[in-house]
This record gives sequence, C-alpha cells and structure tokens, in this order.
Amino acid sequence: MMEIEWELIELQRLRGHTDRVWSMAWNPSSGVAGIPTMFASCSGDKTVRIWEQNSSSSSWECKAVLDETHTRTVRSCSWSPSGNLLATASFDGTTAIWENVGDDFECISTLEGHDSEVKSVSWNASGSLLATCSRDKSVWIWEVLPGNEFNCASVLQAHTQDVKMVQWHPTLDILFSCSYDNTVKVWAEDGDDDWHCVQTINEANNGHSSTVWSLSFNADGNRMVTCSDDLTIKIWGTDPKKLLSGDEYSPWSHLCTLSGYHGRTIFSVGWSREGIIVTGAGDDAIRLFVEDENGSVDEPSYKMILRKEKAHDMDVNSVQWCPGETRLLASTSDDGTIKIWQLQPVT
Amino acid sequence: MMSGLINANPVVYEKKERRVRSIPANLDDEYTVEPIDQLEIFDHLRDIKDPEHPYSLEELKVISEDAIEIDDSNSYVRVTFTPTVEHCSMATIIGLCLRVKLTRSLPSKYKVDIRVAPGSHATEAAVNKQLNDKERVAAAMENPGIVALVDDCLAPTYVFSK
Repeated sequence: MMEIEWELIELQRLRGHTDRVWSMAWNPSSGVAGIPTMFASCSGDKTVRIWEQNSSSSSWECKAVLDETHTRTVRSCSWSPSGNLLATASFDGTTAIWENVGDDFECISTLEGHDSEVKSVSWNASGSLLATCSRDKSVWIWEVLPGNEFNCASVLQAHTQDVKMVQWHPTLDILFSCSYDNTVKVWAEDGDDDWHCVQTINEANNGHSSTVWSLSFNADGNRMVTCSDDLTIKIWGTDPKKLLSGDEYSPWSHLCTLSGYHGRTIFSVGWSREGIIVTGAGDDAIRLFVEDENGSVDEPSYKMILRKEKAHDMDVNSVQWCPGETRLLASTSDDGTIKIWQLQPVT
Repeated sequence: MMSGLINANPVVYEKKERRVRSIPANLDDEYTVEPIDQLEIFDHLRDIKDPEHPYSLEELKVISEDAIEIDDSNSYVRVTFTPTVEHCSMATIIGLCLRVKLTRSLPSKYKVDIRVAPGSHATEAAVNKQLNDKERVAAAMENPGIVALVDDCLAPTYVFSK
C-alpha cells in the first residue's frame, strides 16, 4: 500500500441542498451484487436528500427530498443494517425514522426526549438498538420493537458537555460517544438492561485536548480512530481475544497519535475495510493514512499517503467510505455540495 | 434600561477618523482582486452595536484595528476582542456578532477565528471554545431570540455603504 502513488479522482459533484451539507450515510445494502449505490445526505436547509446511482449512466441522481418534517438543521443520518429504515437527527430536538416504501420515504416515527439539538444517531449491528446524543449532554438508547415501535431503554448522563457523535461497535453491542468535553465514553450493558459507562478516554490517558468530533472502527473491530478540534487523530486498540470472548469489558488503549498533518479542526474520520483512514477537515482538504511497516503490533505507525487540498470550496464536514465498493468515497461540505471520489493508483 | 447592566458606566472613546480609501490606479482590470487588509475587516466590524449600550464596539474599544490579524494569501483572519469587563456575560454574543458579520461580508473561502484578548475575561477558554465551534454557532443562529439580538447589534453596520 505504501509504495504505490495514489490519487483521488472526483467522479461527480452533487448540488441540490441550499445550505451546508453536514453529513451523509451510504445505504448498507447498496453497492453490493450489482445493486446501485444509494445514500442519504442531510443539511442546514432542514431536508434530507436521497441519492441513487443510475445503473445505465453510473451517475448519481437525487431520488427524493425528505422535507416538511424537521423544523431545523438536520445534522446526521444513519441507515438501519437492513437498509430499509433511515434515522435522521435534527437541531429541532427530534430524531425521525423514515421507511423506504418503493420509491417513497415516509416518516413513520418521531423520537422525542432530548432537551436540545440532537447531534448524531447510530444503529447497532443487528438493528435492534438505536442511540442518539445531544447538546443536552446525554446519550439515549432506544429499543427497536416489532412494528417499528421505539422504546427509550436508557438515558445516560455522564458527559459534562455537548455530545457530538455516537457510534456502535461494528459487531458488539457496545456504544461509543464523543464530546465537547474532550472525552470519548464507552457504554455497555450488564445483562440486566442496565447501561453504564465502562470507560472514559480523557486527556490523562493520552486522549484529546479539545472537542472530539468523530470516530470510526477498522473492519475487525479491534481498532478505532478518533478525530478532534485539537488537530490530531488518534488510534486506539483493544485485545481482540478479550473482545470476542465478551466476558468482561476489554478496555481501549492509546496506540498512536497523528499530529502535524491538519491545520484546522478535523470533523470526520473513516476507516475503510482495506484499512485506509480518511479525514475531512476545516481546511477544505481530504487526507488518507495507512499503517506503515515501520511500526509494531503494540506501537503501530501511520503515514499520510494522500492530501487532497481544496477537495471542497469550504470545510469538509463528513467523509464516508462506501460499504460495497472499497475505494469509493463520499464527502460533504459547508459549500453545499457532496462529492463522490474514486481512490486509485496513479497510472 | 439602566439597572441590571453588567457595566453601567462604560468608558466611551472617540471614534477613529475614517481613512478614505484611494481609488486603485488601474480601473481597467476588473478582475484584480484587491487583497483584504486589517482596515477593511475593521470597517466591517467597527459600527457593530454593543448588546447593552448604545455605543459601537469601536467606541467602547472592544475591537480595534490592531487586534485584527490577517494572512490574506492563506485566506485567514483572526479577530481578538476585549470585553469591557472581565465577567461580561455578553462576551459570547459580541463574539457571535463579529463572526456573523464577517461570514456575511467576506468571501466564503476565508477561515475566521474569534477570541477574547488573553487575560480579559474570567472564562476565556470557555468563551473561545464556544465561539470557534461552528456547530454551536449554527445552532445559536437558529434560535430566534439570539438572531434578533445579533441583527439588532449588526443593524448600524448596514447603514453606510462601504
């Protein structure tokens, strides 16, 4: 991976939103076995747009605009593992659940409860749980019941500030949250439906020194990367054997900090199935990192393999690898556009 | 509205004389982009009204031309402002006014940082963090009460054409 020279080719720039695009999410069942890729994007214009790749022209088109539901910015969106449901989190304090019925999307439920803006929403691997977080400093866990009913299972108050993002572990029912309080918290359930914080990663354990905006897991689920306003990204690891045994909680420890690469806040980070880490930052650039051969298992070393300056005209808010196509990447920006990129070796 | 003000008797300074900008020599080249300088940024901000007093930020010496740093080649601006008192709870509103005015006035490629002058505010780090968190700024600007207050403070800046 290291010896090759890489380039990021812009396949398409998608316009349509009339305000900044905060985030996007690829439909998990798309891009596999010939099914055209599909994704949702959300914006400060209060709408969510659904985009689908045209099978004959291969370009993406806007299939639907989900409007007249949220009354303020839609900050993030997340598909259920089956790809049939879409959850959207909004500054209006609610999380809407949409169902894909043929070519239409219908809002089938609205989750209320947070006292202020909802920042993020995430489904667990099986689709049985949903998590949300808010500026009200809490993380909520919702059970997904038959008939698309949602029941609040737990309200978790441990962060001391605005919670920016929640993300479930790729295979286990362990929840991660990142916050304006500079920490990452890990939440697990003790078997009695009692959720609590099992680990706090703070500055004292080599954690970030400013707001943590996002995190992402590697394919195996034994490594995690976090990104922050402190201009660094950090790699964390856990014992894979302990993780799989599930007996006791296996803590995450710091493996590596990548500093000096970013000059402005890093808003988003993603880890591809092949192991390529992508970042989207406030300097309008997209960067890619891979593990290099100079490191060891306990002290891995990472190198930047590509920096795409001026990837957008303004801040890059979100970067997401396509689940099916390993080298397809999407980015969203304050400039109101979404870009689709292809990573390939320079020919 | 005299009772309950944080700083009931602010010191009011004289406004600096406004420099008349010279007309550029080559009027033919309409595509030349003039670099933005400190004075231009200051001109955007000097007439912003203080949230509590009927004076401008310039008159109260909350902002000055010297406290504006600009790196035009990198499209970067940093504005440092000095609240009139150390415990000023209006600091975040003033900072928000500065940010909103610059967002509306400068080309979108500019990166803007806003901070309180070091040592000038009791919760300096907390104020700076909030002012530079764009998600918090965006949410605040969707709050009708805050928008009304900011628009009121910015109103005097739109009176004179620049």
